[in-house]
Amino acid sequence: MDTTAMHIANGIVNGPVSMVFVVIAVAGLAVSVWRAKADLDDRLAPMAGLVAAFIFAVQMLNFQVLPGVSGHLLGGTLAVILVGPWVGSLCVATVLIVQCLLFADGGLTAIGLNVTNMALIGTAAAYLLVALLLRILPRTAGGLGVTAFIASIVGVVVASQGFVLEYALGGTTDLSLTGIAATMAGVHVLIGIGEGLIAATTVMTVARVRPDLVYALRRFRKPAPTEVEVPA
Amino acid sequence: MSRRLGWFLAGGLLVALLLAGVVSNFASGSPDGLDYAARQGCTFNADDEITGGTCMLQQEGEHQMGDSPLAGYALRGIDNEFVATGLSGVLGVLVTFAVGGGLFWLVRRRAPR
Repeated sequence: MDTTAMHIANGIVNGPVSMVFVVIAVAGLAVSVWRAKADLDDRLAPMAGLVAAFIFAVQMLNFQVLPGVSGHLLGGTLAVILVGPWVGSLCVATVLIVQCLLFADGGLTAIGLNVTNMALIGTAAAYLLVALLLRILPRTAGGLGVTAFIASIVGVVVASQGFVLEYALGGTTDLSLTGIAATMAGVHVLIGIGEGLIAATTVMTVARVRPDLVYALRRFRKPAPTEVEVPA
Repeated sequence: MSRRLGWFLAGGLLVALLLAGVVSNFASGSPDGLDYAARQGCTFNADDEITGGTCMLQQEGEHQMGDSPLAGYALRGIDNEFVATGLSGVLGVLVTFAVGGGLFWLVRRRAPR
């Protein structure tokens, strides 16, 4: 693997704006921890650890999207479907923090930018799409796969525009913002398709093996009508 | 934790270890989407050094954790790239599972008994 960095490095966005996003990231993660407690039980907690570890692994697998350009999974959609939006955002953040501190990937000063884009913005966009699509699509492995595919594309493109926003506020080079926005969006549509295929394969596999472990199938559906004994 | 869940977690972890430990060596070495955007506007020589132009990459600063033994998804002291990438991936999966799983276990909702 020649590419050894895949997240925002130090210095690309200036110090003050980076610090503002550290505050935003900490606040967002604090809300996530608070809301995640209601979801985390004896079964979801270890499952969430596995989801984080799996996202770390798949983020190492850069796939080619254009000649000379690769991409990798961000993981928000996968996490939202398997463990829910709050725990899911914490899974992605855990991966980013481990990558920053141990693997020197994604600047320490830029950690707030990376967490905001991938763990908060991208995951939130994916969550909205998943919640919407699962109201329309059949709650089968196939429906879940289509949901994962579409939500991944939207989530990845929205996350990429998070960077554009941060760059607009504190970019350290004099470059055309529309150019950066277009490049980021265009490349990330392709990366989103790749992420969509990986996320769809993963959630469909889990849905077939252990449907009871898929958060989206348990929580985003209307409660099944309970059979009531009708007195004769 | 039930035994069935234990088997599922073990299976999932094994898949993650294989992906990070083995498959990672077959990943694309091209710049990713963000890195590609950061390089737009500059020209590069054969050694991948910037030779001219204006791009975001020029402003990239040093990483505070650049001295980490795992920096850059390698393992200090191991020259074989295949082994270094694989081992760093395996360590990353185990650390992420331990840290993530441990924190989630600590904040979990205890079943009222």
